[in-house]
Amino acid sequence: MEAQTSPVLEAGATLPPKTYPVTRASLVRYAGASGDFNPIHWSDRVATSVGLPGVIAHGMFTMALVARAVAEWTGGAEVVELGGKFTNPVVVPDDDRGTEVTVAATVKAVADGMATLALEVTSGGQKVLGMPKAVVRVEQGRG
Amino acid sequence: MPVDQSLVGRVFPPTRPYRVSEEKVREFAAAAGSGWEPGDPVPATFPIVLAFDAMNAFLDEVGVELARIVHGEQRFAYERPVVPGDVLTAELSVATLRQIGGNDIIGTVSELKDDSGTLVCTATATLVHRGGEA
Repeated sequence: MEAQTSPVLEAGATLPPKTYPVTRASLVRYAGASGDFNPIHWSDRVATSVGLPGVIAHGMFTMALVARAVAEWTGGAEVVELGGKFTNPVVVPDDDRGTEVTVAATVKAVADGMATLALEVTSGGQKVLGMPKAVVRVEQGRG
Repeated sequence: MPVDQSLVGRVFPPTRPYRVSEEKVREFAAAAGSGWEPGDPVPATFPIVLAFDAMNAFLDEVGVELARIVHGEQRFAYERPVVPGDVLTAELSVATLRQIGGNDIIGTVSELKDDSGTLVCTATATLVHRGGEA
């Protein structure tokens, strides 16, 4: 990521939204990489038996996409804080298209070498994370 | 069945030491669609690999089925970045427990420490145990 140009992280700046595809295959791959084999992320039978509409993405997969967006926007800046509430499930249909997750952000503040990003994370036009936030370290003279 | 209120404040044994490898970090980054090369930052949500282990051990211990758990909230607060070669453990404690609408809302804190015992990252999670109806 060193080759990327320095990001513009000024208070009030809007960062270009990032949209990522999410298919059942994404969930299988994420399950293997993370060790989260909860069947609600791969079995419609189990998901519906516990009252979900169907297989849903791992909340942490959605958050991994948020971390990816933050890394892409900031050229891999050091993340000091990252988090959010999983307010709505990302339902992933069992077809070749799946769904998408879009991550948008504005720079809320830059102070003391840290930039705080207020994020908006949506799928199908609906917010899926509540109060998502990232704090990254910005280099002196670059923030 | 509600989770026992006496869990609040309980600290569970640390997970066994986990060595962060370049291969695992690359696999984790690739699962979110990112390329990764040595020297690149470790993805910010990578500590979930350990925190999830700690959570699984906790759920086993209290007899809760994973399929009944939905993740409510997750936050990471870093003291320093995780880097390949780190040997980390996660120690989970139960911070809060509430019952809302037949669900248990379990607040957990997992401290990730390196092999010198120094705190690297605090992973705070809210787990929703969907109890009752089924």
